[in-house]
Amino acid sequence: MARLDFGDALNLALREEMRRDRRVYCIGEDIVLGLPFGVTKGLIDEFGPERVLNAPISEAAIVGSAFGAAATGLVPVVDMHFADFVTCAMDEVANQIAKSRYMFGGQLDCPLTLRMPYGIGKSGGGHHSNSVEAWFVNLPGVKVAIPSTPADARGLLKTAIRDPDPVLLFEHRALYRVVGEVPEAETLVPLGSADVKRAGRDVTVIATARMVHESLEAARRLAEEGIDVEVVDPRSLVPLDRETLAASVRRTHRVIVAEEGPMRGSAGAWLAWVVMEDSFDELDAPIGRVAAPNVPIPFSPPLESFVMPSADDVVAAVRQVVK
Amino acid sequence: MMRGAMQAPGPDTLLSMYASMLRVRLFEERARELFQHGRIPGFLHTSVGQEAVAVGVAAALRPDDYVLSTHRGHGHLVAKRGSLRGLMAELYGKANGICHGKGGTMHIADVSVGYLGANGVLASGCVIAPGVGMSIKQRKSGQVVVTFFGDGAANRGPFHEGVNLAALWTLPVVFVCENNRWASSTAHARSTAGGSIAARAAGYGIPGESVDGNDVLAVYDAVGRAVARARGGDGPSLIEAHTIRWVGHFEGDPQVYRGRDEVEEGRRRDPIARLEQVLTERDLLDAAQAARIRESVAAEIDDAVAHAEASALPRGEDALTDLFAYYPWRD
Repeated sequence: MARLDFGDALNLALREEMRRDRRVYCIGEDIVLGLPFGVTKGLIDEFGPERVLNAPISEAAIVGSAFGAAATGLVPVVDMHFADFVTCAMDEVANQIAKSRYMFGGQLDCPLTLRMPYGIGKSGGGHHSNSVEAWFVNLPGVKVAIPSTPADARGLLKTAIRDPDPVLLFEHRALYRVVGEVPEAETLVPLGSADVKRAGRDVTVIATARMVHESLEAARRLAEEGIDVEVVDPRSLVPLDRETLAASVRRTHRVIVAEEGPMRGSAGAWLAWVVMEDSFDELDAPIGRVAAPNVPIPFSPPLESFVMPSADDVVAAVRQVVK
Repeated sequence: MMRGAMQAPGPDTLLSMYASMLRVRLFEERARELFQHGRIPGFLHTSVGQEAVAVGVAAALRPDDYVLSTHRGHGHLVAKRGSLRGLMAELYGKANGICHGKGGTMHIADVSVGYLGANGVLASGCVIAPGVGMSIKQRKSGQVVVTFFGDGAANRGPFHEGVNLAALWTLPVVFVCENNRWASSTAHARSTAGGSIAARAAGYGIPGESVDGNDVLAVYDAVGRAVARARGGDGPSLIEAHTIRWVGHFEGDPQVYRGRDEVEEGRRRDPIARLEQVLTERDLLDAAQAARIRESVAAEIDDAVAHAEASALPRGEDALTDLFAYYPWRD
């Protein structure tokens, strides 16, 4: 085991996959210098400018060209810079990448990865902070992965690159400097495999990305009150490991879904429905939810911290379902 | 302007262009008729009158070159020698349509002939094409990609992003604008600042050329030079082919926005009649031979229609297939 931070673990995954497969290339804005979060730093030295492409500020062309390249034999890894900017390439993702294989009756594959740095923090404001994973959970034709640890980040990115279909990898930007154990050996994390990050008997908290860490903190605090929380990280939302979620509910009979995106029409709303469909008879309390209020992410620190779901919110939600 | 001239097409090429334009024309006229009789669902955009652009481009390409097309794309596919049976069955929404009935007229592809897709969104091909060009370059395959778009699409951002990227990275892309004067019901002059789309090439430092899109030989010549340039590693070009659609934007369009005189002008400049005249003057074609070609092309289309009529519709649950290459999970 090596200790790496989340960003370096992603960097390692890129290096491993680019060494393994010459068809893999990275494209994005400022990626030669590894901006803005250091994930692609140094790749240029090993792989050169033909495989580490600094693109103009042209999100439609970056993402659209990745589709054209993937459809004709390359394996692009697109750095979206900030996930918010995918709005400038929404036709390319939603109409072209997601639908072409289907509309063309399976005539072509689209093996590309979109790396989506996202999330609330450090007063990023309205155009640099949003959790937009729900848009893509609602978009048939793409797979959606959302790691919370360095090992999962590396393993999921490697899987995404090898997957024959388009995969969006949501990388929470508050996690890039979080350090964790990463296996020395090349290790892939399959899509559709949830991970129990903490075993517990009383309540299941289904949490993604940063909210996994907030939920683990909440579990530590609640343990002092004698409440034993299980934290389950789906790791991918599409596909979803429904069996692991159902097995957890069979142990705890109570569920909180914790996410960072806004409450309405969210990925968490989908997860809550899945739990209800698979495990209704197992539930001893209504499913609780932790999510952001339905506003854009504001700039000023007290405003931002007000809308940012935290361990406190998870603690409150858990107390609600165990009382 | 691109320098030099293409080698003049030989008799075989000329005759094959003639047959190809007829194939596009008869296919489109048949599709209109079938649509009017309720045999084809959806909306239908045909390219009657614009055949010289599709055929002039396809004739300048190798079979393994790529094409990205538009909502008015049947002609591009017919000219690229896609399967007429597969295309017609797809227009019918049949299970054995080339896209299993999932694409239909506006979202059709025939990857086996390099036709990477019609597109329901304007100018989308302009940003996909540079990626195809990157793949060609990386694979050193010597192929070229042509992306078609209309005059209306030239006012969307992806046109500019795509041309910029292809020019910046010297990619083997040919941008072919089919200027048929109308963005749906909005006149070119009322939607396009500066007037000339070809002139926009200068801003990106690439050759731009305006051609008579009703003259298949002019299209072939201009595209041929652009293709040679792209294949030779000298990067993209932009060609604006001026043409006239004889029919509405969509089948059933009352066309209140334009007068009959424009369609009459189109008919006077009929690209098929013009090539027929050239062929006749050069003693390459006589009336009997022209009739034989027309009969033979009509028979191909009859065959495609009979095949589509006889084919089965998909089962409703087939809607759940083809989304992913690998998806063993339950949603």
